[in-house]
Amino acid sequence: MTATEGHQQHPLGVYFWVWGLLFVLSAFSYAVDYYHLQGYLRWTLILLFMFLKAGFIVAIFMHMAWERLALIYAILVPPLCLLVFIGLMAIEGEYIELGRLIAFGPAPEIISTHH
Amino acid sequence: MNQNSLAGTAEILAGNQGALQDAVSDKQIFQVPWGKAMMWIFLLSDTFIFSCFLISYMSVRISTTVPWPNPSEVFALSFGGDPIPLILIAIMTFVLITSSGTMALAVNFGYRKNKKVTVLLMAATAFLGATFVGMQAFEWTKLIVDEGVRPWGNPMGAAQFGASFFMITGFHGMHVSAGVIYLSIVAWRVGSGYYDRHKNGNYETVEIAGLYWHFVDLVWVFIFAFFYLW
Repeated sequence: MTATEGHQQHPLGVYFWVWGLLFVLSAFSYAVDYYHLQGYLRWTLILLFMFLKAGFIVAIFMHMAWERLALIYAILVPPLCLLVFIGLMAIEGEYIELGRLIAFGPAPEIISTHH
Repeated sequence: MNQNSLAGTAEILAGNQGALQDAVSDKQIFQVPWGKAMMWIFLLSDTFIFSCFLISYMSVRISTTVPWPNPSEVFALSFGGDPIPLILIAIMTFVLITSSGTMALAVNFGYRKNKKVTVLLMAATAFLGATFVGMQAFEWTKLIVDEGVRPWGNPMGAAQFGASFFMITGFHGMHVSAGVIYLSIVAWRVGSGYYDRHKNGNYETVEIAGLYWHFVDLVWVFIFAFFYLW
Protein backbone atom coordinates (compact mmCIF):
# COMPACT_ATOMS: atom_id res chain seq x y z
CA MET A 1 0.00 0.00 0.00
CA THR A 2 1.29 3.46 -0.81
CA ALA A 3 0.15 6.28 1.41
CA THR A 4 -0.68 9.10 -0.95
CA GLU A 5 -2.14 11.36 1.70
CA GLY A 6 0.65 10.70 4.16
CA HIS A 7 -1.95 8.94 6.24
CA GLN A 8 -0.25 6.10 8.01
CA GLN A 9 -2.73 3.73 9.57
CA HIS A 10 -1.60 0.17 10.07
CA PRO A 11 -2.75 -2.77 12.19
CA LEU A 12 -1.42 -2.70 15.76
CA GLY A 13 -0.04 -6.22 15.43
CA VAL A 14 2.81 -5.02 13.19
CA TYR A 15 4.03 -2.65 15.88
CA PHE A 16 3.93 -5.26 18.63
CA TRP A 17 5.88 -7.70 16.46
CA VAL A 18 8.59 -5.15 15.69
CA TRP A 19 8.67 -4.01 19.30
CA GLY A 20 9.27 -7.58 20.43
CA LEU A 21 11.91 -8.12 17.74
CA LEU A 22 13.79 -5.00 18.84
CA PHE A 23 13.90 -6.32 22.40
CA VAL A 24 15.19 -9.70 21.25
CA LEU A 25 17.82 -8.16 18.95
CA SER A 26 18.99 -5.82 21.73
CA ALA A 27 19.28 -8.80 24.07
CA PHE A 28 21.38 -10.57 21.41
CA SER A 29 23.66 -7.51 21.05
CA TYR A 30 24.14 -7.43 24.79
CA ALA A 31 24.84 -11.17 24.83
CA VAL A 32 27.70 -10.61 22.35
CA ASP A 33 29.43 -8.53 25.01
CA TYR A 34 28.27 -10.60 28.00
CA TYR A 35 29.73 -13.83 26.58
CA HIS A 36 32.97 -12.05 25.56
CA LEU A 37 32.83 -13.00 21.88
CA GLN A 38 35.93 -11.59 20.17
CA GLY A 39 37.39 -10.81 16.76
CA TYR A 40 35.49 -11.09 13.50
CA LEU A 41 32.62 -13.06 15.04
CA ARG A 42 32.01 -10.21 17.51
CA TRP A 43 32.15 -7.46 14.89
CA THR A 44 29.96 -9.37 12.42
CA LEU A 45 27.29 -10.05 15.03
CA ILE A 46 27.35 -6.44 16.33
CA LEU A 47 26.87 -5.10 12.79
CA LEU A 48 24.21 -7.68 11.93
CA PHE A 49 22.05 -6.90 14.97
CA MET A 50 22.66 -3.16 14.53
CA PHE A 51 21.50 -3.11 10.90
CA LEU A 52 18.49 -5.32 11.65
CA LYS A 53 17.39 -3.01 14.48
CA ALA A 54 17.99 0.14 12.42
CA GLY A 55 16.11 -1.39 9.48
CA PHE A 56 13.04 -2.30 11.53
CA ILE A 57 12.93 1.13 13.21
CA VAL A 58 13.16 3.01 9.90
CA ALA A 59 10.91 0.69 7.87
CA ILE A 60 8.09 0.07 10.36
CA PHE A 61 8.22 2.57 13.24
CA MET A 62 9.10 5.48 10.94
CA HIS A 63 6.73 4.14 8.24
CA MET A 64 9.39 4.28 5.52
CA ALA A 65 8.19 0.96 4.08
CA TRP A 66 4.88 2.60 3.16
CA GLU A 67 6.23 5.91 1.86
CA ARG A 68 6.57 6.81 -1.81
CA LEU A 69 9.76 5.77 -3.56
CA ALA A 70 10.77 9.42 -4.24
CA LEU A 71 10.91 10.12 -0.49
CA ILE A 72 12.69 6.84 0.24
CA TYR A 73 15.40 7.67 -2.31
CA ALA A 74 15.72 11.29 -1.14
CA ILE A 75 16.37 10.18 2.44
CA LEU A 76 18.22 6.88 2.12
CA VAL A 77 20.57 7.49 -0.83
CA PRO A 78 22.53 10.58 0.43
CA PRO A 79 23.86 8.77 3.54
CA LEU A 80 25.63 6.36 1.17
CA CYS A 81 28.24 9.12 0.71
CA LEU A 82 29.20 8.39 4.29
CA LEU A 83 30.64 5.06 3.18
CA VAL A 84 33.28 6.94 1.17
CA PHE A 85 33.95 9.22 4.16
CA ILE A 86 34.32 6.20 6.47
CA GLY A 87 36.70 4.55 4.02
CA LEU A 88 38.84 7.68 3.68
CA MET A 89 39.08 8.26 7.42
CA ALA A 90 39.90 4.61 8.10
CA ILE A 91 42.84 4.80 5.66
CA GLU A 92 43.89 8.15 7.16
CA GLY A 93 43.65 6.72 10.69
CA GLU A 94 45.88 3.75 9.85
CA TYR A 95 48.36 6.12 8.20
CA ILE A 96 48.53 8.38 11.28
CA GLU A 97 48.96 5.38 13.56
CA LEU A 98 51.82 4.14 11.40
CA GLY A 99 53.41 7.60 11.46
CA ARG A 100 53.14 7.72 15.24
CA LEU A 101 54.68 4.27 15.61
CA ILE A 102 57.58 5.16 13.32
CA ALA A 103 58.21 8.60 14.84
CA PHE A 104 57.48 7.96 18.53
CA GLY A 105 57.61 4.18 18.87
CA PRO A 106 54.99 2.03 20.60
CA ALA A 107 53.11 3.46 23.57
CA PRO A 108 54.92 3.03 26.90
CA GLU A 109 54.09 0.12 29.23
CA ILE A 110 51.58 -1.80 27.16
CA ILE A 111 52.37 -2.64 23.55
CA SER A 112 49.15 -3.59 21.85
CA THR A 113 47.85 -3.80 18.35
CA HIS A 114 44.29 -3.78 19.65
CA HIS A 115 42.62 -0.47 19.04
CA MET B 1 23.50 47.15 -30.36
CA ASN B 2 22.27 48.99 -27.33
CA GLN B 3 18.83 47.83 -28.25
CA ASN B 4 20.06 44.23 -28.34
CA SER B 5 21.68 44.26 -24.91
CA LEU B 6 18.55 45.81 -23.44
CA ALA B 7 16.47 43.03 -24.88
CA GLY B 8 18.95 40.50 -23.52
CA THR B 9 18.68 41.96 -20.02
CA ALA B 10 14.92 41.86 -20.22
CA GLU B 11 15.10 38.23 -21.26
CA ILE B 12 17.30 37.32 -18.30
CA LEU B 13 14.99 39.18 -15.95
CA ALA B 14 12.01 37.36 -17.37
CA GLY B 15 13.86 34.06 -17.03
CA ASN B 16 14.70 34.76 -13.40
CA GLN B 17 11.10 35.67 -12.77
CA GLY B 18 10.06 32.32 -14.15
CA ALA B 19 12.58 30.44 -12.03
CA LEU B 20 11.42 32.32 -8.95
CA GLN B 21 7.80 31.55 -9.72
CA ASP B 22 8.63 27.89 -10.15
CA ALA B 23 10.45 27.83 -6.84
CA VAL B 24 7.69 29.48 -4.84
CA SER B 25 4.62 28.09 -6.60
CA ASP B 26 2.30 25.80 -4.75
CA LYS B 27 3.80 22.51 -5.74
CA GLN B 28 3.83 19.43 -3.62
CA ILE B 29 6.75 17.04 -3.76
CA PHE B 30 6.92 13.54 -2.29
CA GLN B 31 3.12 13.57 -1.86
CA VAL B 32 3.43 13.83 1.91
CA PRO B 33 2.47 16.68 4.25
CA TRP B 34 5.18 19.36 4.12
CA GLY B 35 5.82 19.04 7.86
CA LYS B 36 6.71 15.41 7.41
CA ALA B 37 8.98 16.03 4.41
CA MET B 38 10.78 18.78 6.35
CA MET B 39 11.21 16.57 9.40
CA TRP B 40 12.74 13.87 7.21
CA ILE B 41 15.14 16.37 5.66
CA PHE B 42 16.10 17.64 9.13
CA LEU B 43 16.71 14.06 10.24
CA LEU B 44 18.86 13.49 7.15
CA SER B 45 21.04 16.47 8.13
CA ASP B 46 21.17 15.19 11.71
CA THR B 47 22.32 11.83 10.34
CA PHE B 48 25.34 13.57 8.86
CA ILE B 49 26.13 15.37 12.14
CA PHE B 50 26.02 12.16 14.18
CA SER B 51 28.01 10.39 11.46
CA CYS B 52 30.71 13.05 11.73
CA PHE B 53 30.97 12.39 15.47
CA LEU B 54 31.09 8.62 15.03
CA ILE B 55 33.59 8.84 12.17
CA SER B 56 35.90 11.14 14.15
CA TYR B 57 35.62 8.66 17.03
CA MET B 58 36.65 5.91 14.59
CA SER B 59 39.64 7.96 13.36
CA VAL B 60 41.00 8.70 16.83
CA ARG B 61 40.47 5.12 17.93
CA ILE B 62 42.33 3.75 14.90
CA SER B 63 45.17 6.28 15.03
CA THR B 64 46.02 6.12 18.74
CA THR B 65 48.92 3.87 19.75
CA VAL B 66 47.63 3.63 23.33
CA PRO B 67 45.12 0.81 24.03
CA TRP B 68 41.49 1.91 24.05
CA PRO B 69 39.73 1.51 27.44
CA ASN B 70 37.50 -1.59 27.47
CA PRO B 71 33.92 -0.21 27.50
CA SER B 72 32.65 -3.53 28.85
CA GLU B 73 34.65 -2.91 32.05
CA VAL B 74 34.39 0.89 32.15
CA PHE B 75 30.59 0.74 32.07
CA ALA B 76 30.22 -2.26 34.37
CA LEU B 77 28.08 -1.76 37.45
CA SER B 78 27.94 -3.74 40.67
CA PHE B 79 24.72 -4.34 42.59
CA GLY B 80 26.41 -5.67 45.73
CA GLY B 81 27.99 -8.67 43.96
CA ASP B 82 30.42 -8.97 41.05
CA PRO B 83 30.25 -6.11 38.54
CA ILE B 84 27.94 -6.88 35.60
CA PRO B 85 29.42 -5.69 32.27
CA LEU B 86 27.61 -2.83 30.47
CA ILE B 87 24.47 -3.39 32.55
CA LEU B 88 23.44 0.27 32.86
CA ILE B 89 23.84 0.76 29.10
CA ALA B 90 21.75 -2.36 28.45
CA ILE B 91 18.97 -1.02 30.71
CA MET B 92 19.15 2.38 28.97
CA THR B 93 18.83 0.62 25.61
CA PHE B 94 15.73 -1.24 26.76
CA VAL B 95 14.20 1.94 28.19
CA LEU B 96 14.69 3.72 24.86
CA ILE B 97 13.25 0.82 22.84
CA THR B 98 10.24 0.66 25.14
CA SER B 99 9.70 4.39 24.56
CA SER B 100 9.95 3.87 20.81
CA GLY B 101 7.20 1.25 21.04
CA THR B 102 4.88 3.48 23.06
CA MET B 103 5.51 6.29 20.55
CA ALA B 104 4.65 4.07 17.56
CA LEU B 105 1.38 3.14 19.29
CA ALA B 106 0.68 6.81 20.12
CA VAL B 107 0.89 7.69 16.40
CA ASN B 108 -1.53 4.88 15.60
CA PHE B 109 -4.05 5.94 18.25
CA GLY B 110 -3.67 9.56 17.12
CA TYR B 111 -4.91 8.59 13.65
CA ARG B 112 -7.75 6.69 15.31
CA LYS B 113 -8.66 10.03 16.98
CA ASN B 114 -8.41 8.39 20.37
CA LYS B 115 -7.10 11.42 22.21
CA LYS B 116 -7.01 9.92 25.69
CA VAL B 117 -4.86 6.91 24.75
CA THR B 118 -2.63 9.07 22.52
CA VAL B 119 -1.90 11.49 25.36
CA LEU B 120 -1.24 8.65 27.79
CA LEU B 121 1.14 6.89 25.38
CA MET B 122 2.99 10.12 24.58
CA ALA B 123 3.30 10.94 28.28
CA ALA B 124 4.71 7.45 28.84
CA THR B 125 7.18 8.03 25.99
CA ALA B 126 8.30 11.37 27.44
CA PHE B 127 8.60 9.82 30.91
CA LEU B 128 10.79 6.99 29.58
CA GLY B 129 12.89 9.56 27.71
CA ALA B 130 13.37 11.55 30.92
CA THR B 131 14.33 8.29 32.68
CA PHE B 132 16.95 7.68 29.99
CA VAL B 133 18.43 11.17 30.49
CA GLY B 134 18.44 10.61 34.25
CA MET B 135 20.38 7.36 33.86
CA GLN B 136 22.78 9.12 31.53
CA ALA B 137 23.35 11.84 34.15
CA PHE B 138 24.14 9.07 36.65
CA GLU B 139 26.56 7.47 34.18
CA TRP B 140 28.35 10.77 33.49
CA THR B 141 28.63 11.54 37.23
CA LYS B 142 30.08 8.10 37.93
CA LEU B 143 32.62 8.45 35.13
CA ILE B 144 33.68 12.00 35.98
CA VAL B 145 33.67 11.84 39.78
CA ASP B 146 34.56 8.22 40.56
CA GLU B 147 36.70 7.21 37.60
CA GLY B 148 38.34 10.52 36.70
CA VAL B 149 37.42 10.50 33.00
CA ARG B 150 38.09 13.89 31.38
CA PRO B 151 37.83 15.04 27.75
CA TRP B 152 41.64 15.27 27.67
CA GLY B 153 42.52 12.04 29.47
CA ASN B 154 41.58 9.19 31.76
CA PRO B 155 43.33 6.59 33.91
CA MET B 156 42.16 3.62 31.78
CA GLY B 157 43.88 4.16 28.43
CA ALA B 158 43.76 6.29 25.30
CA ALA B 159 43.21 9.99 26.10
CA GLN B 160 40.71 10.39 23.24
CA PHE B 161 38.19 8.12 25.03
CA GLY B 162 36.76 10.94 27.15
CA ALA B 163 36.41 13.44 24.32
CA SER B 164 34.62 10.90 22.11
CA PHE B 165 32.38 9.73 24.94
CA PHE B 166 31.26 13.17 26.15
CA MET B 167 30.78 14.49 22.64
CA ILE B 168 28.75 11.56 21.29
CA THR B 169 26.61 10.67 24.30
CA GLY B 170 26.26 14.36 25.24
CA PHE B 171 24.90 15.30 21.83
CA HIS B 172 22.57 12.32 21.88
CA GLY B 173 21.40 13.13 25.41
CA MET B 174 20.66 16.68 24.27
CA HIS B 175 18.50 15.25 21.48
CA VAL B 176 16.60 13.07 23.96
CA SER B 177 16.04 16.05 26.28
CA ALA B 178 14.77 18.18 23.39
CA GLY B 179 12.54 15.24 22.36
CA VAL B 180 11.01 15.03 25.85
CA ILE B 181 10.07 18.73 25.67
CA TYR B 182 8.80 18.38 22.07
CA LEU B 183 6.65 15.34 22.93
CA SER B 184 5.27 17.03 26.04
CA ILE B 185 4.14 20.04 24.01
CA VAL B 186 2.51 17.90 21.29
CA ALA B 187 0.85 15.69 23.93
CA TRP B 188 -0.49 18.78 25.68
CA ARG B 189 -1.91 20.07 22.40
CA VAL B 190 -3.56 16.73 21.62
CA GLY B 191 -5.11 16.67 25.09
CA SER B 192 -6.32 20.26 25.02
CA GLY B 193 -7.96 19.82 21.62
CA TYR B 194 -5.59 22.24 19.84
CA TYR B 195 -5.49 20.09 16.68
CA ASP B 196 -9.28 19.79 16.65
CA ARG B 197 -9.65 23.56 16.84
CA HIS B 198 -6.80 24.64 14.55
CA LYS B 199 -6.01 21.70 12.25
CA ASN B 200 -9.47 20.28 11.56
CA GLY B 201 -8.70 17.26 13.70
CA ASN B 202 -5.53 16.38 11.80
CA TYR B 203 -3.11 14.50 14.03
CA GLU B 204 -0.16 14.20 11.64
CA THR B 205 1.92 16.32 14.05
CA VAL B 206 1.94 13.29 16.34
CA GLU B 207 3.50 11.23 13.55
CA ILE B 208 6.07 13.96 12.81
CA ALA B 209 7.05 14.12 16.51
CA GLY B 210 7.20 10.32 16.38
CA LEU B 211 9.68 10.45 13.48
CA TYR B 212 12.01 12.59 15.59
CA TRP B 213 11.67 10.26 18.56
CA HIS B 214 12.35 7.09 16.54
CA PHE B 215 15.40 8.81 15.04
CA VAL B 216 16.79 9.41 18.54
CA ASP B 217 16.33 5.70 19.21
CA LEU B 218 17.94 4.90 15.85
CA VAL B 219 21.04 6.95 16.67
CA TRP B 220 21.31 5.12 19.97
CA VAL B 221 21.37 1.80 18.09
CA PHE B 222 24.52 2.98 16.29
CA ILE B 223 26.13 4.49 19.40
CA PHE B 224 25.43 1.28 21.33
CA ALA B 225 27.03 -0.83 18.59
CA PHE B 226 30.07 1.32 17.81
CA PHE B 227 30.92 2.99 21.11
CA TYR B 228 29.82 0.51 23.77
CA LEU B 229 30.09 -2.89 22.08
CA TRP B 230 32.97 -2.52 19.59
